[in-house]
Amino acid sequence: MKFLRNQLDKVKHSFEKGGKLEKYYYAYEAIDTFLFAPNTTNDVKGAQIRDAVDLKRLMMTVIIAMVPCLLFGIYNVGHQHFMAIGQAGAGFADKLVVGLWQVLPIVVISYGVGLGIEFVFSILRKHPVNEGFLVTGMLIPLVMPPDIPLWQVGVATAFAVIIGKEAFGGTGMNVVNVALTARAFLYFAYPTDISGGVWTYLGDAQAVAGYSGATPLAVAAETVKGESVVTALNTFGAGWNEGVFTLQNLFIGFRPGSIGETSTLMCLIGALILIITGTGSWKIIVSVFGGAYAMALLLNAIGGSPFVELPAHYHLVIGGLAFGAVFMATDPVTAAQTETGKWVYGLLIGMLTILIRVFNPAYPEGIMLAILFMNVFAPVIDYIVVSANKKRRIQRATV
Amino acid sequence: MGKFIRLKKGFTINLKGKAAPKVVETDQPETFVIKPTDFHGIYMPKPMVEVGDAVKAGSPLFHDKKHEQIVFTAPVSGEVVEIKRGEKRKLLEIKILADKNVEFESFRKYSVSDINNLNSADIKEQLLKSGVWTSLVQRPFGVVADPAATPKAIHISAFDTHPLAPDYGVLFKGQDHYFQVGVDILKKLTTGAVHVNTHATSEISTVFSQVKGAEVNKFSGQHPVGCVGVQIHHLDPINKGEVVWTINPLGVIQIGKLFLNGVYDASRIVALAGSEVKNPQYYKTYTGASVKKFIEGNLNQEHVRIISGNPLTGTAIGKDGHIGFFDQVVSVLPEGDQYEFLGWITPSTKKISFHRALGLLSFLSPSKERVADTNTHGEPRAFVQTGVFEQVTPMDILPTHLLKSILAEDIDEMEALGIYEVIEEDLALCEFVDVSKHKVQEILREGLDLVQHS
Repeated sequence: MKFLRNQLDKVKHSFEKGGKLEKYYYAYEAIDTFLFAPNTTNDVKGAQIRDAVDLKRLMMTVIIAMVPCLLFGIYNVGHQHFMAIGQAGAGFADKLVVGLWQVLPIVVISYGVGLGIEFVFSILRKHPVNEGFLVTGMLIPLVMPPDIPLWQVGVATAFAVIIGKEAFGGTGMNVVNVALTARAFLYFAYPTDISGGVWTYLGDAQAVAGYSGATPLAVAAETVKGESVVTALNTFGAGWNEGVFTLQNLFIGFRPGSIGETSTLMCLIGALILIITGTGSWKIIVSVFGGAYAMALLLNAIGGSPFVELPAHYHLVIGGLAFGAVFMATDPVTAAQTETGKWVYGLLIGMLTILIRVFNPAYPEGIMLAILFMNVFAPVIDYIVVSANKKRRIQRATV
Repeated sequence: MGKFIRLKKGFTINLKGKAAPKVVETDQPETFVIKPTDFHGIYMPKPMVEVGDAVKAGSPLFHDKKHEQIVFTAPVSGEVVEIKRGEKRKLLEIKILADKNVEFESFRKYSVSDINNLNSADIKEQLLKSGVWTSLVQRPFGVVADPAATPKAIHISAFDTHPLAPDYGVLFKGQDHYFQVGVDILKKLTTGAVHVNTHATSEISTVFSQVKGAEVNKFSGQHPVGCVGVQIHHLDPINKGEVVWTINPLGVIQIGKLFLNGVYDASRIVALAGSEVKNPQYYKTYTGASVKKFIEGNLNQEHVRIISGNPLTGTAIGKDGHIGFFDQVVSVLPEGDQYEFLGWITPSTKKISFHRALGLLSFLSPSKERVADTNTHGEPRAFVQTGVFEQVTPMDILPTHLLKSILAEDIDEMEALGIYEVIEEDLALCEFVDVSKHKVQEILREGLDLVQHS
């Protein structure tokens, strides 16, 4: 390691003030601080010791929490591929290879484009390369359909990083979740490409007879009056992917959908990691699920259409609710920042998600829009909570 | 009757090298220094002595040009050997080469019964003249108390929860009578009560438990429960326009000695602590002592940082430095100026962390004493993680929002968010736990200065 350090020290001076490559200091710094935790010490005055945590470690923790979703997603992409082309007997390794072949390029494009832009901006705007994109770069592939054209991943990532984040000043300053901005961009810019069969990777192979690329949300939305969504889900896939939308399988996640979002179980494992490490707010995670469940129960009680009458617990396992609750809503920068505010923020996301799902047939996936919407409103929630704090102080003074 | 208050939030940093309960009397250091920079709210310190002047303990050294009656006096007798100035000739320190035996400036002596008949004007005059006054800290802002003010209460924290904090039972042993008289005198300076705030879960020295005429409150919880600002918030919070004074037990005892014995007795016990000290223990000396004699031959290694004060709020002073006016401990920590390969991700049970993020395993054995160095453990970033400051601030205050209002220089917002209730030490733990490595204490002081001078 000493050799590596010496090499870095050797080139360091050319990046420092007055050096030949001064312009590229922050690019150098990013690499240096990635390899070695810096040797900076605390100031003469103030805290002489600091907590061992830093933003890099914090972000890495979130990435680790996403690994179960990623691995499951890779396997599932292969699994759905073979189910759709009628080769249910394909082996574990075959499925993994197909999954990797399909998912890895998306991850590489996301990180490549995003980090490239981060470095360019850090040089132009003279600020350190922020670790935020380490997480965003992984989130983006996980919310992409497996059959998405790679150029669209690149364009969406570029849009999200430039317009969603850097335009506001970089990590910590953005208003809306960067990864969701990428997803929403595709949703509205290429609506025809992000619907229909995109949720299952077919490749050059022919789909099996009776195949349908519908997601559970689409099945639920299309159920006609007089029939039950649960029956429709249970009978879906008959003949080529038996039981794909049963409650149990929806929870485990062997179903078509975005790469990382299909398994509620894996999301819950991720949630556990986030909560134990204190990285993600348990208040937000719990309240998103709670809000969604409560809203679904309320709709059940009112009734009116098959989707409205879908049992509340189904809502928790279909679509991307779990993934959104665990990894998107908990983004500390775009969520409510006060502790009370986090409860309100989460509850409203959950409730809005169900409302959008059930009543807006044009956008069956409600969680994305609900989180983006609440991102915008989070400062209002905080404003109310902070005002209450100020009010308590004023009241105390006048008593 | 005092109150009993339980606090849940906070984080006690358990460092290796706490001082053993043993007080050593060695040769006194040669030089003593009084630094105007130890005090806040001084407009322009002006020396009242010249190099070569002989002074006694209690002789004036300098005063504030705006409040000439507040004088800062010599802790020991001797000769003024240096008047150090910084940029724009700002007075930084006055150094005294001490006599072998301390001679005292004499002030008026009182008997216990005389003291009961004193009025606040007489008390203030004697306190101001002797320099003992400067132990009184005024909130809001944490400045030297204003003689014209009448505080709504006076608070004394009778324990310290900072890392490497000294044991007050050792520091003030046997001073019961002086403390009692000090409290009696302080009572005449306020319209409200004198609060003595003790720690519920550790042994309380009789100095504090037997005191009469004061509200003896009990607190339990983690650091910063020992910070007087936190205690005030729960007993009788400071609202806009109100004034509260705080004083440490040493100051109270010095008041007692001043009136009973007629001298400014600056003798005190300081702890020498930290992982790099061979024999962490207590030393008997005077305010402003040079640390040189105490650390010579007493360090485990030479690449260390000598801190006047505790590791959270202290000041690095170097091996020839002098102990600050309010500091009761000298902390010696390893200097952390080393690179660490992939240090941001390697797992460790040794590094102290409030967080439990990936690989930071210190939370598994929180009661273990650990070594902390002065490395920043990361680079400064924008605010990202939320809700952490709130977990270590046991007050109804939103630290993140307060800090942001200071960065935005929005004075109305600072007032509304409670800047009157805090000084640096109350939020020092936020600086420690901050993922984004903000200089919380420095930012807070900028805010306090802004509000004060607006």
